[in-house]
Amino acid sequence: MASSVLSLASATPSASLSSHEISKGKLNLGSTSLCFSKEKTNPFIKTKSFGRVSMVVASNVSRFEGITMAPPDPILGVSEAFKADNHELKLNLGVGAYRTEELQPYVLNVVKKADQLLLEKGENREYLPIEGLAAFNKVTAELLLGADNPVIKQQKVATVQGLSGTGSLRLAAALIERYFPGAKVLISSPTWGNHKNIFNDARVPWSEYRYYDPKTVGLDFEGMISDIKAAPEGSFILLHGCAHNPTGIDPTPEQWEKIADVIQEKNHIPFFDIAYQGFASGSLDADASSVRMFVARGMEVVAAQSYSKNLGLYAERIGAINVVCSSPDAAARVKSQLKRIARPMYSNPPVHGARIVANVVGDPTLFKEWNEEMEMMAGRIKNVRQKLYDSLSSKDKSGKDWSFVLKQIGMFSFTGLNKAQCDNMTNKWHVYMTKDGRISLAGLSLAKCEYLADAIIDSYHNVS
Amino acid sequence: MSTSTMARGRANRWWDHVTPAPKDPINSVTEAFLADPCPYKINLGVGAYRDDEGKPIVLQCVREAQAKIESSNFLESNSTAVSSKLVEESAKLVYGEDSDVIKEGRFAGVPALSGTGACHLFAELQRRLYPDSRIYLPDPTWSNHHNIWRDAHVAKKTFRYYHPDSKGLDFMALMDDIKNAPDGSFFLLHPCAHNPTGVDPSYEQWKEISSLFKVKNHFPFFDMAYQGFASGDLERDARAIRIFLEDGHLIGCAQSFAKNMGLYGHRVGCLSVLCDDKTQAVAIKSQLQQIARTMYGSPPIHGILLVSKILSDPDIKATWLKEVKVMATRVRRMRAALRDSLEKLGSSLDWQHITNQVGMFCFSGLTPDEVDRLAKEFHIYMTYDGRISMAGVTTKNVDYLANAIHEVTASDQDAKILCNLSA
Repeated sequence: MASSVLSLASATPSASLSSHEISKGKLNLGSTSLCFSKEKTNPFIKTKSFGRVSMVVASNVSRFEGITMAPPDPILGVSEAFKADNHELKLNLGVGAYRTEELQPYVLNVVKKADQLLLEKGENREYLPIEGLAAFNKVTAELLLGADNPVIKQQKVATVQGLSGTGSLRLAAALIERYFPGAKVLISSPTWGNHKNIFNDARVPWSEYRYYDPKTVGLDFEGMISDIKAAPEGSFILLHGCAHNPTGIDPTPEQWEKIADVIQEKNHIPFFDIAYQGFASGSLDADASSVRMFVARGMEVVAAQSYSKNLGLYAERIGAINVVCSSPDAAARVKSQLKRIARPMYSNPPVHGARIVANVVGDPTLFKEWNEEMEMMAGRIKNVRQKLYDSLSSKDKSGKDWSFVLKQIGMFSFTGLNKAQCDNMTNKWHVYMTKDGRISLAGLSLAKCEYLADAIIDSYHNVS
Repeated sequence: MSTSTMARGRANRWWDHVTPAPKDPINSVTEAFLADPCPYKINLGVGAYRDDEGKPIVLQCVREAQAKIESSNFLESNSTAVSSKLVEESAKLVYGEDSDVIKEGRFAGVPALSGTGACHLFAELQRRLYPDSRIYLPDPTWSNHHNIWRDAHVAKKTFRYYHPDSKGLDFMALMDDIKNAPDGSFFLLHPCAHNPTGVDPSYEQWKEISSLFKVKNHFPFFDMAYQGFASGDLERDARAIRIFLEDGHLIGCAQSFAKNMGLYGHRVGCLSVLCDDKTQAVAIKSQLQQIARTMYGSPPIHGILLVSKILSDPDIKATWLKEVKVMATRVRRMRAALRDSLEKLGSSLDWQHITNQVGMFCFSGLTPDEVDRLAKEFHIYMTYDGRISMAGVTTKNVDYLANAIHEVTASDQDAKILCNLSA
């Protein structure tokens, strides 16, 4: 086989392909090194040094010689590692997917019913419009903002169906990149790992605002306000509507008001990511109160929603991006541009999940039943928190305050464990979690609380 | 209430500078059609199959697959296994059941959001790995191809393809453009049932194209959205790809199950990229998954389950193959009927391209003005390039359509007659 040098229709000189050994660490796409730095080196390829291009002899050699493995996703990678472990006491507290007390995935009853209804209706499978299923868009905006919200009645909300939270965030990111070039998104420190990747790949600059205070294992409110104030005017502030991921720490209602104050003062745009509506308090309405408060102030708001967790529709990829505008005309224009962004990405969104949500939320009986199931799921997590706290308090004689377990909200708990301690959790105790110290309580059963408490106490005190 | 809650005018006017987006040329045809109250209106816009009653259908194979899928489809733990199955079965359709490529795992395959999603993933991969490269798109091509590569920030060029005079392939110009492109360029090719023209290279022409590609070491990227719709036979419709495979090219291929399985709304497709070996395939796959993860995570499971079931269950697959043939045959019959009807009306124009062209679309040669008249006067809707989705033609409406076309091309016919007279 003739050897060949990769051919590139490249106008740039050899600097773009300098001999460059790229270590795996640098390839982590969560880092900022990637996106809008104008550096010429291509981090995706291990290249030998070449000067100009020259490709001559045709052969079967792939263009993709030297492509490196992308690093495993830090969250999904946990589940993979868990699967590979054969220990009988292993515990998966990685990904935020709800599990029953028996640690089985849970298909909501309302979803089964809705699915059955769809089967009976036997609807066709034609393309949805680019903006998605109209019935879905209507109910999703109402669920978020309240059916009687004036902004809905006045048609000031642009709603486009998206592929779960990720897809909806990406649409918003693309809109920001296009219409607010150079505007920054401020994300909490820490935040869901994929946020950075989404903004990087959408070429939207971002920076962090202080959020988690390791000393109190609570909110660094002063730091948060200070950093939001310091951001250039007209920044987008990414806020978790409820049940902050990964910390479980939410602002109080008073703190939310102050956050809204400073955002208004600095002419920023609030950008909500609502992935756990219902999982914070158990009430779908109550969990939307932060968003609704901002909207009630007359602010323009961007809000991404996901039905992965609260309806267990992870695999169907159903969510929405909502932009609350100051006029119906602006909403119409924004919606048209969101559609324009979606068309080259995937043309139109998938129909199945949208129909399920439309059925569940649109039918009063099913909706009521969903509210009850939501309370049950959130309730199980609250019980587990209590049991974990009780176990920690009774087993740990050091006097450490474990009450943050009770104060934190939603699926996750930020344990405050560092990386080495997390490694100990996995290596010694076969407890799988993300390296930032986050545990998913949705993956914990009452039966395993004591075991987990032992593991946490051991890791906290005996490992540094 | 704090002073800062005074809504500043500026704070509430973020979107003033956002202009309305231009309408998508294909979707806007459907919108116009839907808004028309005329009872005998015809939609010849979007390439979605309709039966002879003009209705969308759910294929029998899809119903059967649906019945066999349990409600475990929501459990995310299953999705990796199902996705792999989908990819494997999809690859067999492209590369052949017994292909070495599949046996040796020499390809990176991921499920994608139908054909659009597959093209988009590839465009993003192309930009990441070859940021200064460009994509060569046929002229014309599906309009969204331009959007896809543009939004992926990959430069575009077009290569000549359609010959407006012959309403066929401009083969010499095509080969010329392939030759003149810099070595190692990325080309997008429609392996069968070209959209929008319906003009496909012949077997011999494909062989020549493949040879020239080897000499130039170009990268062939195939967008296969209509496998089965060209000839009615899936294997036959893949033969362009098989030629390239035999010639040793390492290709990329986007597949869509929207049309040939009628799963439009489910967004199911596949992207495959051939590699040197399994290790490389694993690396590329990881890159593709990473690209997808910041865009939408993973594709929706429902469609993946359906397609996976249809392709892996021998009985259901056999049903599917028959149904594809039925759909392709109906479309072919409508082509013949339309041409027949026009010729019977005494049109002096040449309509053989209607039956020469292949697949769902006919590039009629109608001008934008004529297309406009068809919509306004006859309530017949198609895209401005004169592309007719033959799937929208039925035995009931074909004569009405022929009449309408005959009417609006009256001046063309006069011009032709005058031309002939003066020659």
